[in-house]
Formats: sequence, structure tokens, C-alpha cells
Amino acid sequence: MIALPEPKAEVLARRDDIVAGLRALLPADAVIAEPERLRPYETDGLTAYRQIPLAVALPSTTDEVAAVMAFCHREGVRVVPRGAGTSLSGGALPLADAIVIGLMRLNRILSVDYADRVAVVQAGVTNIGITQRVQEEGFFYAPDPSSQLACMIGGNVNMNSGGAHCLKYGVTANNLLGLRIVTVEGEIVEIGGAHLDAAGYDWLGLLTGSEGQLAIVTEVTVRILRSPEGARAMLAGFRANEVAGACVDAIISSGIIPVALEFMDRPAIHACEAFAHAGYPLDAEALLIIEVEGSVEEQDRLLGQIRTICERFDPVSLRVAQTAEESAAIWKGRKGAFGAVGRISPDYLCMDGTIPTSRLPEVLGRIGAMSREYGLQVANIFHAGDGNLHPLIMFDANDPASMHKAECFGADILKLCVEVGGCLTGEHGVGVEKRDLMDVQFTPTELDQQRRIKSAFDPGWLLNPHKVFPLAAAAA
Amino acid sequence: MQTNFSPDQLRDPELAESNTILRTCVHCGFCTATCPTFVLLGDELDSPRGRIYLIKDMLESGGPATEPVVRHVDRCLSCLSCMTTCPSGVHYMHLVDHARTHIENTYRRPLPERVLRSVLALVLPRPWLMRLALLGAGVARPFRSLLPGKGMMAQRLRALLALAPRRLPPPSAAQSPQVHRAEGKRRGRVALLTGCAQQVLAPEINEATIRLLTRLGIEVVIPRGMGCCGALTHHMGKHEPAMAAARANLAAWSAEAEGEGLDAVIINTSGCGTTVKDYGFMFRAEPEPWRGRAERISALAMDVSEYLSRIGYAPTRPAPALTVAYHAACSLQHGQKITVEPKALLRRAGFTVVEPAEGHLCCGSAGTYNMMQPAIATRLRERKLANLAARRPDLVAAGNIGCITQLSGGDFPLVHTIELLDWMAGGPAPASLGPLLAARAA
Repeated sequence: MIALPEPKAEVLARRDDIVAGLRALLPADAVIAEPERLRPYETDGLTAYRQIPLAVALPSTTDEVAAVMAFCHREGVRVVPRGAGTSLSGGALPLADAIVIGLMRLNRILSVDYADRVAVVQAGVTNIGITQRVQEEGFFYAPDPSSQLACMIGGNVNMNSGGAHCLKYGVTANNLLGLRIVTVEGEIVEIGGAHLDAAGYDWLGLLTGSEGQLAIVTEVTVRILRSPEGARAMLAGFRANEVAGACVDAIISSGIIPVALEFMDRPAIHACEAFAHAGYPLDAEALLIIEVEGSVEEQDRLLGQIRTICERFDPVSLRVAQTAEESAAIWKGRKGAFGAVGRISPDYLCMDGTIPTSRLPEVLGRIGAMSREYGLQVANIFHAGDGNLHPLIMFDANDPASMHKAECFGADILKLCVEVGGCLTGEHGVGVEKRDLMDVQFTPTELDQQRRIKSAFDPGWLLNPHKVFPLAAAAA
Repeated sequence: MQTNFSPDQLRDPELAESNTILRTCVHCGFCTATCPTFVLLGDELDSPRGRIYLIKDMLESGGPATEPVVRHVDRCLSCLSCMTTCPSGVHYMHLVDHARTHIENTYRRPLPERVLRSVLALVLPRPWLMRLALLGAGVARPFRSLLPGKGMMAQRLRALLALAPRRLPPPSAAQSPQVHRAEGKRRGRVALLTGCAQQVLAPEINEATIRLLTRLGIEVVIPRGMGCCGALTHHMGKHEPAMAAARANLAAWSAEAEGEGLDAVIINTSGCGTTVKDYGFMFRAEPEPWRGRAERISALAMDVSEYLSRIGYAPTRPAPALTVAYHAACSLQHGQKITVEPKALLRRAGFTVVEPAEGHLCCGSAGTYNMMQPAIATRLRERKLANLAARRPDLVAAGNIGCITQLSGGDFPLVHTIELLDWMAGGPAPASLGPLLAARAA
């Protein structure tokens, strides 16, 4: 079980004054302090861990964020930033003595420049909201986390989120141009701009994926791209997870880069089919969703090559989506996959390890073996082309023993990822979930270097201090 | 998601049901993004996931509802957009219905609010009372801006008066109990729910439905004893009046179904359709014959667009060149998952059909919501009107009287889908299109 740092008693003792201070800075409906109204903010997409915060602040502008930050800095109060609260690593998990700053009211798209292909949006704009805004002009924002419907761009920046189509277009870091941030002292700072590449040190690179530990992001300048002429998805069903894994490796090592290459195993196929009615092959043990894009000729050529490779692995079925509706249903199922697992299990832990694609068959086999050992079912749904695994460990949170087993199982999977040359997290962030495994990945010296960067931005460790670093390292 | 009910609590079938629903939720948060109140208010407490958490807490504690919980549950439109979005299949509707009943049973609202809710629950489901009230409101309507006060109650009263139509249509004889014979060879036999508020506000909707169906060879029965579907009181958490209304309908329809037989119970007010289709669930623990009747009637219930798609519809005259913006009522698109049929029928009738951006967001009508939460309802109305206007339609079609009333007064006329379908198949042009058609002719 994950331990949280001891709340500061002297902060808890000043609770009423702190709340009154916040109320002086923000409109009445922007401060939540009653215990029962705080409870829904106690957790995010990782409900295994919960903690009611001291208060929740819901600023509507960067200036309000800055005012709250300056106040918290002055008062020595910890701060936990929160976007849509969809984190699967507990990135928005509060602390008892912390203020949660919710950024969902910063939900405006400030400007779109089609000539230079740049959009400036506030942190609380949803990922898909950017694409929805520009798609009629033939543009889109490329990184597409499965939670893109709900997750917010500020959170994407802080977790360096990926998504199915990042195989071709890169992750959040590769699609960012600038940020507006509020420092822990409450200062507003602009980083980067509407062009490549920013002058000076790569602050943008440093802040991307910093998990809310270095600053609060309030505005984001993203690159938007021209939509492709067209796209088509192929569904390839296989007899075993390992076979599908080997096929992924064969496709990638042939030099083809599909725009997306996604994997689902049998439990995932069935759960998603019940939700999306996408025509997934229910008789397959594993399914690959392989999408190509470009002109019709380009799609045909790539699909032909991919089909030839798939056929070497004795597929159960091979089908290409014929209409836009079919494609939409295929992606609806894939993107709703984690939620759809809610149909077959009351709770799950979602892992996020990344491995070299050549090790996929072996790692999938070992996860299957661990699943039998622990007696817990696993659904595998992941970005196979990137080697970014998402084993969903199914358990019953109403049974503490089951919860403990799930945690141990998850840790074993992540250790395996590191062992085969991969890493703990591909796109969900370390959060609290993988915090205590950081020393499997890093030496004490490496961790200390990262810790010193955190200290340079936030000497008092007020910003999201209980994440990323093992507690002992954080306290050092 | 983890829950915390005692074995004793779980012996209560209502709590057991809610526990099952809560256990389906994995707290992924997808629902927040498509919730109208979250989009407007930017507070998770005004999102489905936040409400689910508040409700979970309230039900687990077993105590009476408290003001903060009531505030956020009251702000829920019951538009069920979250149920369309939810990948896990969480039955939010049944959960929030349970919460509303719990609130109604355990929470004492301020007196003026209690009075208003009781008056609405008394008047709206009873056409003759509604007619009387609207006549009175019509007299008071011009003076509504003189109503003093900025409080919620004053806002509500002003909203109530603003919703009253300037001119009340005369009652329609077609809606009283009778059998409308099929023209030509009879192909089917259906009962029509004539609704409560709708038959007073817009009798032309039932008239068009009856004309079109009988012309297509369907016998349309208006059974005696049928009344409000119960949705209005059900959504206020007033369980018993809702069940009584449902029982009256079940008795009336079952008599027909067991007598000469029914192919369907036709509903042309989608808000009611969602509820009638849920009778089976509402009566799941009731004794026979009610449980069986409710199951059978829920299975027979169909939106008129669903039924027309099944029996086939074809226009008999060329359509005028009109662009129709189709407004998807939440009860149709989310409550009943009917999204394709109305648009396909309108296209079949010859119209150019366009859809607004953010079609999944509620217009703010939501039963009595526009009277109880006027500030939010008005913002949603304005947002919907702007999205509709952006498509430059000649008119807007919807399948629910609530939406039609809520969106009236904009820059374009509103009609029920069925009025357009009837028009193109031999019926009269909808009266509300008069000025538009006159301008076209000139």
C-alpha cells in the first residue's frame, strides 16, 4: 500500500484561516471546503488510493491561479494540481494538508492560427476539444490518449501523454510549442512561443512530463496538423497473445510505420465489443488494430504489405474497415477499452510499462504466467507499435486481499519491463502508483539529480510533493 | 469502484441495485466531458462522476440527504448524456432516480420550494388543470418582469411565466378516448400516449401522428383511463404519484393489448418514452399482474420515429427546398438511443437535414428543469440556439415537446418531426411554418 507523507499539523490547525484566505481571492463558488463536497475530489482515475484534501480551489483565470499560488507559497501550504482527474497513476491524488487547484474552468480556446498551424488553449480544454475546434478547417491535434474525450491538455503536458496515433506523430512533447506557467511563488512565466525552436535552454522539454511538480500550467501552445486525406483500419485476429506480439514486431521491424498499431486480448475484445459493437473477432485470442493513412493508393499499398506480414502468423481473421462508421466504431471500442473492462470487473489497476517491441512475445507470455500464479485475470489493451503495455489487472476493491495481490502483481510486471530494457511508464506518469518502484529503474545518484531539479523550481516541496519520488528520496 | 454497504443495507433491494450500479463504475471520468452542467460550471460536483460519488456517500451513510448533495443532484438534468458516453455501462438513470427518491423522503426543502414542487406535480400531469393554470399565467405573463427579487424563487416564478404560451390552442377532439380507424386495409393497431402537457400546449402533434398513422393503415387507439406517464413526478423523487400514474396507463394499455391486441404503444414525446420503456424496471418488485404488465408494455413502447422506420414511410408530394436542423432530444438520443431514425425519415421526406455542433448537449428543458433551475437552463438554451443558428436552418425539428417549448422564440420556427412527415405524406403544413412559407411564396 502506498504511504502518503505526514500532513503538517500546523497547516491543518490553520484550516479555517486558509479557507478564508482562499475565499478572499476567488468567487464564492470557486472554493470548496465542506467535508462532504470535498469527498468527490479525493481520488482520480486510480480509485485504489484516496485522500480528502484540505480544500479545493477552482480558479477561472491565470491571474487567479497566480493569486492562489502566491497565497499558498506565503502560507506554506502544499498544492495538488488537477485537470479532468482521469490520471491512472494517481497524479491528482490529494494530500490532507493540500489545496487541490482544479483547472477545469480554464476551458477556452484562445486563438487558432491556421497559416502557422498553431493553437493557443487554456489548460482545462479537453484534448479532443482542440481537434473538434479545428477539424472543419481540415486540421487536428495529433496526440490522442484514450481518455481524450475528457482529459485536459494541461494534464497531457504534465504527464507527456501519448495515445494510439503517437506511433507516427509522437507524444505530447513532440507537439508542443509553448507554455504559460505559474511558478510555486505565484509568478506568471511564458515559455517557448508559437514557433520552433525556443531560444535558450529547453525549458519546454523539462516541464513536459514534470507531473505537476515544477509549476502549474495554465496555457498551452500546440502544433496542429493537416488531417490526412483518409485513413483505414485493419482488424487482424490471432490464436495467441504471443503470436500477435510477434506479428507487431514483424511489422515494425519491416520498416512500416502504421499511424496506429494497437493490441487487445480476448477479455478486452469481448468487453469492448459489448460497448462499441465494432465487429471485433470474438473467436480470436488477440487482436491487432492496424491503421494506415494517406491517399487511397498509399493506404492500399501499406495494407497490402501489412496483410502479407500478418498472413505469416496464421491469423484467425483479417478485415479492413469499409466505411467511416466502421472505423469510428473500431476506435470507440479501443478508446473506451479501460472503462469497458468495468463491465467484467468492478476494479482494475492499469499498468503502463514500455518495452522494446522485440520482447513483446516473451513479456506477454510471462504476464500470462503471472496472471495464473496470482489468480487474477488480466486484460491486455495497449499501444503495441510503441511497445507501451497496458495490462489491466482485474480485482475486487471490496476485498482487501485481492487489492494487495493486484498491487504486487502490478509491481512484478513493471519490474519485468525494466528487466527487459524498458521503463516503468510510457504515458500515464509515475504518479503515486509507480513511485516506490523508481529505484528499480534509477540509481540513487540518478534519483538525486532529478530531486535537485525539483528543488530548484520548488525549494519547499509544496507542489505535488508526494508523487514520482519514493518518500525517503523526497524527504532527503 | 469500491463501495461500503453493510450486509443489512444490501438486503434492501433498492440499495442492492444501486450498489450493483456503483460497482460497475470505474471512475474513468469520461462522463464529465459530455455533461452539460460540467461544461458550464467546471466543477466535478456538477458532473456525473461527482454526483455518483455524492450519491454513493449519501446512500452508504444511510442518513438523510444534506443540502450540498441535494444542490448538486438537483442541478442534474437527467439528460443521460453520461450514459451514452460511459464505456462501463453504468446505469446512471436508475442511480439518480434512487437518489431523488431518497432526497424526497429524507430532506425537507424550504417552504416556497416545497409549494412550487407540489403545485407543478399537481398541475402538469393534469391537462384540465394545466389549461386553467396556463390561462392564468397568460394573464400574468406580461407583468413577470415586475416580480420582485433576485433569489432563486423569484427567478423560478419568472421562468414559469415566461414559458407560458402567449396564446393557448383550443382543445383537440382527436385526443379524447376513441378509436381512429385505419384508412384502407388495416396493417396494424397501436395505442397512442397522448401525453399531459403536450396535448394542451401543442395538440397538433397528436393530430399529425394520428393522421399519418391511420393513412398508413394503422388503427390508433386512444384508450380511456390513460394519463401522464409519471415522468414528471418520478424525476422529482415523488415515487408514489409516479407509480400511480404508471399503473393507470398499464391498466388502460393492457386492457387493449389483452383485448383486440396492440402492435405497439406509440409515444411521440420522447421524455415520456424513456419512462414508459422503464416501467419494467420500475415495477420489478411489484406484485402481479403489475410486474408482468409493465414488462410487456415496456417491450411494446416505441417512439413514433422508431415505429415509422419499422412499418415504412414514403412521402407523397415533393418537398419544398427547406433545410431542417434536427435537434436531438436527450430522451431520444441518450434515453432511448434513437439517433438515426428521425434524421433518416426527414431525409426520406425530402428535406435537407443538418445537425448542430454539440448535438449531445441538452437544451435545458429537461422536464421541469427549466422552471426549477432557470439560470442553467437559460445558458443551455442560448448555447443550443447559437449552435442551431450556425447551421443556418429554415426550421428546426425535434421529437419532444419540452425541447420545442424551450427553444421557441428563436430566429426559426420549431416543429415536431412528425408534423413534417405528415405534411409530406398528405397532411396540412404545420401552422407554425405559416410565416416562413408565406415569405417563400412571396
